[in-house]
Formats: sequence, C-alpha cells, structure tokens
Amino acid sequence: MKSWIAFWNILRKDIKNYYLKPPNISWGIIFPLSWSLMQFIRSPGADMSELLPGLIAMSVLFGTTSMLAVTITFERSGKSFERLLLAPISLSLLVLAKIAGTILFGIFNAFVPIILASFFIDLHAINWQVLLFAILMIAITSALTGLLVAVSAEQVFEAQTLSNFFRFPMLFLCGLFIPISSLPVFLRPVSFCLPLTYGTDILKSTITGDNMLSPLLSFGILLIFAAILFFICRHIINRKWIL
Amino acid sequence: MGIINVENLKKTYGNVVAVNDISFKIEKGEIFGFLGPNGAGKTSTINMMTGLSRPTEGAITVADIDVVKQTKKAQAIMGIVPDESNLYNEMDGFSNLCFCAALYGMRKKEREGKAYQLLEQFRLNDTGGRPFKAYSKGMRRKLTIAAALIHSPQILFLDEPTTGIDVESAGQIRDLIVRLKAEGTTVFLTTHYIEEAERICDRIAFIAKGRIIATGTVRQLMESVSHGYAVRLVTDKCIGNLSVELQNRFKVSVITSQSDHSLVMQSEQRIPLFPVLKFLHDRKIEVHEARELHPSLEDVFVKLTGIESCLMKKDKEKGDKR
Ligand SMILES: Nc1ncnc2c1ncn2[C@@H]1O[C@H](COP(=O)(O)OP(=O)(O)OP(=O)(O)O)[C@@H](O)[C@H]1O
Ligand SMILES: [Mg+2]
Repeated sequence: MKSWIAFWNILRKDIKNYYLKPPNISWGIIFPLSWSLMQFIRSPGADMSELLPGLIAMSVLFGTTSMLAVTITFERSGKSFERLLLAPISLSLLVLAKIAGTILFGIFNAFVPIILASFFIDLHAINWQVLLFAILMIAITSALTGLLVAVSAEQVFEAQTLSNFFRFPMLFLCGLFIPISSLPVFLRPVSFCLPLTYGTDILKSTITGDNMLSPLLSFGILLIFAAILFFICRHIINRKWIL
Repeated sequence: MGIINVENLKKTYGNVVAVNDISFKIEKGEIFGFLGPNGAGKTSTINMMTGLSRPTEGAITVADIDVVKQTKKAQAIMGIVPDESNLYNEMDGFSNLCFCAALYGMRKKEREGKAYQLLEQFRLNDTGGRPFKAYSKGMRRKLTIAAALIHSPQILFLDEPTTGIDVESAGQIRDLIVRLKAEGTTVFLTTHYIEEAERICDRIAFIAKGRIIATGTVRQLMESVSHGYAVRLVTDKCIGNLSVELQNRFKVSVITSQSDHSLVMQSEQRIPLFPVLKFLHDRKIEVHEARELHPSLEDVFVKLTGIESCLMKKDKEKGDKR
C-alpha cells in the first residue's frame, strides 16, 4: 500500500513536470502528428488502412522514447534522481513508476493517427481489444527500450540523439511502412530481434489482416521482450547509479 | 551496540582510496560530527551509510538493520540532507515537501499537514508557493532540510549543512539540529567548520585523507594532546624589563608584547596566579586582566592531523550567537 503512494506520486510528478518539455513536444507529439498527416494527405483513401498500423506504432515509439529521455535525464541532471534512490522504495517499483507515465503518454499518442484516420476511413472492422493490447505492449517495450537508452546517456540532448539513432532505423526495420518481406534478406533477422516488429504485426492482424505471425505468438514474444528489457534496465541502474 | 555502527569501512574509486578502514559507533540521541578538510572522505562515508553507494569493504548497521543488505528498510528511518540541494526546480516548496512525503508512503492529509508545519517552522511559508529554482541558497538549504524531516526520521544525516549560507541561517540550522537532538533524533553531520563541530556536536571524529585520526568529545580530544599551561596578563605599563626575573622566579617561559602591555607565561605545570599578581603588585604594576589560556579545538585539530586550520576554510562568524 505504502509503495503505491510513492509509485502514484512519482508518476503524477513526471506527467506534471515533464509532459510539456520542448523536446517532448517536438519529438513526441509534433513529429508523429505531422508524419501521419503527411502520409494521409499523400495517399488516396484505399491505402489508408494499410498505413495505419505503421503510424500507430510510430506514434507510440516516438511518444514513449521521447518522454523517457526527458524524465530520466532531467531528473538525473538535477541530482533529484538521488532522492528517489534514497527513498525506501524498491528499484523495481522505481523503474515501473518511471516508465508508467511514458506508457500512458505512448497510448495517448497512439490515438493521434487513429482519430485522424477515422475522418477518412471506416474503422468498424477493428477488434479494439486486440488493438489496445497491441498498443499497450508496444508502449511497454518501447518505454523499456527508451529507458535502456536513457540510462546510458548523461544529458537530455544526448539521450534524444541516441534514441534517434535507434528509433529511425526501427521505422524501416520493423515493418511499419515497408513490409519485412521486401527488406534485403540479410536485414530480416535484425527485424525479428526488435520488439516493435511483433507489435506492428499484431496491429496489422486487426486492421488489415496481413500479419505474418499469429497475434497470440506475438503477444508471448513481446512479454518475453518486456521481461528481459526490464531486468537489463534494473541491472544497469543498480550497477551504474549506486556507485 | 550503538544506533549506528560502522566497522572497517573502506571505499575506493579506481585507485583513489576515498575512505580507508574507518570504524565508529554512534549512540541514540547523539550529535556526531565528522570534521575534515575538502576531499577527506566525508561525503563518501555519508553516501555509503545512506545506501547511495556500496562499500568496497566493511559493514554498516543502523538500528540493527544492515544497510548494505537491507538498504530500503534502513532508508525508511533515515532523513538525508545532501551537500547539494536536490529538490525539484520546477515544483514549489510545498509540492516538493509533499512529494518527498509521498516517497515515504505518507497519505495526502498527513503529507500536507506536515508540509505546512515544516514550512512554518522554517519560516518559509511566504515562499512555499514559489518554484524551488527561485529560492535563495539559504532557503534552498532550509527546504532541503525540511524535506529530510518530513517523515520524522530517527536518524538525520547532514552533509555540510551550513556551508555557503549566511550567519543567521547557519545559526537557525544549528538551533534546529540541537532541538532535534532534544527530541531524540540521532544526528550525523559533516562539516569543515571547527567552531561548528565544537559548538553542537556531542562527539567529533577528525577525518583526513580517508582515515579517522581521533574520535571523542571535545574534552576528550583536548585531553588527548598534552599542551602544558599558559597564563595571559594585561598590565598598565610595559613590563618587558621584568621578564627575566619572572622566568627565573616562576620557572616559566615568558613572551611579552609591547603594543598592548600584555604577557603570556607558559609552563609544563599549572601556574599559580596569586604569587604572580603579588610579585607585580609589589613593583607597583597594576594588572587589568589575568587568565588561564586554554587550547582551542583548532589547536588540537592542527596538532593531531597536521592540517593547517586555514585549509579548513574557517568561517568567522563574529557576533553569531547561537
Ligand atoms: N565518484 C567518484 N569517483 C572518483 N573519485 C571520487 C568519487 N567520489 C569521491 N571521490 C574521491 O574521493 C575522495 C573523497 O571525496 P569526498 O567527496 O568523500 O570528500 P569530502 O570530505 O566530502 O570533501 P568536501 O569537503 O570537498 O565535500 C576525493 O579524493 C574524491 O576525489
Ligand atoms: Mg563532501
């Protein structure tokens, strides 16, 4: 019970303090929004549902990773992160609290392209439960990937740059806009090592139906990714920050 | 067993030995001070004691809790004031305090009540609504201390609580520390102000180059160094011409000063005052002042550590009445 008070307040503080920081707005909100708009306007109606899974995945990816880079590095540079490390809350709970806000931010972001698309195409065929689950899993794994980047960086700027180094290639490697089957053969194994590939595949299963794997299998793989990433992040924080 | 037990604690960073095999014990309700120059290893020790860094070797227990193995349990009863304020710049004073309270699992009502109370106690209520980044240095320090007290900790750690703030605020902080002790809180503080340690600490450890040179009450530390006795006299006229006679008669060494008509007599034995006064009286010399000189803690520190006291950035707090 006591831990939940700490958890909730860390989450609330992060949302209040960092949601509207400039790097977060530009990379987390404006970038996915303008990309979505551009894609929708360029392509005529019929293709729109094919674009949607990629746009959702991208919005979540950019939303979560930007937010994380901001929340972790701002707090680190002000030394206030030490305050969290000195509080009687377990490191796991601390990691969860730090990523919870970004996950919410990612989920919120996913609805930017969905709402835009709803003006152009009929979304009735979508299984919303599957869609929400997929968005949640993408948000979780992206947040953890972002955390991994953030804990390796010292400054906000560095964290943003470093995460761009990862997330731009992921746009092309994870089947968001280019089907994995049309990637060069030597790149395909890389695609299958990235969690975003599986999340996008689930989105496709419910929006267009041209998925490669069964959604259930993808969910399972995403869960494994989430668990592994969580423990790596926890380990790094434990090793690197408690000197 | 004291409330804090530190045994053979050691910390190395690469090949820098920051803390070198130190041991000490602190009793409940004591104010224990770590006195040492820059780079002595004070912050490194506090960081290990509060679970922010891991000892290379050694053991720390706090209220029978092993700080290394059960860090979180130990942290629940500690209040920690770091050397740099680490509150949130974006948040105002009140929200900062409430947030810190939440980290210790306090409920909303309890949090807000305690936050108001502390703001008032620290005379920060007028500024409670200002963002932390708009606070002055002294105000920041006070709010950081308030934040450390929000969960009424049994043990309070303060890393150089009065460094870099004005005399009045420093005095207020010392008053507060003494008051906390009266309420039963155990206090561990570090400082490089000799007077500060002397004034408020029950016991002091001299630390230099990662080692504890001596530990004890001010009196014990004084007694650990043999220093002989000295008497200072101020007279109505210069008595330099009498110094040889004084030396022979009272078996002392004498240093006189022309400028203020004073003289200092030193000896291994205690110097009886009355015969000296009579000796001078017989020679029609009036004595305005006569007193035994005591060594200061500063002299003891210099003698024991070999560190010049000017290196301790001694602060001159004239007129500061604590
Ligand atoms: N993270 C670190 N990495 C490497 N060396 C360190 C680290 N932290 C401290 N040191 C070294 O350990 C020694 C002790 O430092 P520490 O900060 O504990 O001193 P201090 O007594 O707190 O000094 P000050 O009065 O300046 O605060 C110094 O030589 C310092 O350079
Ligand atoms: Mg220090």
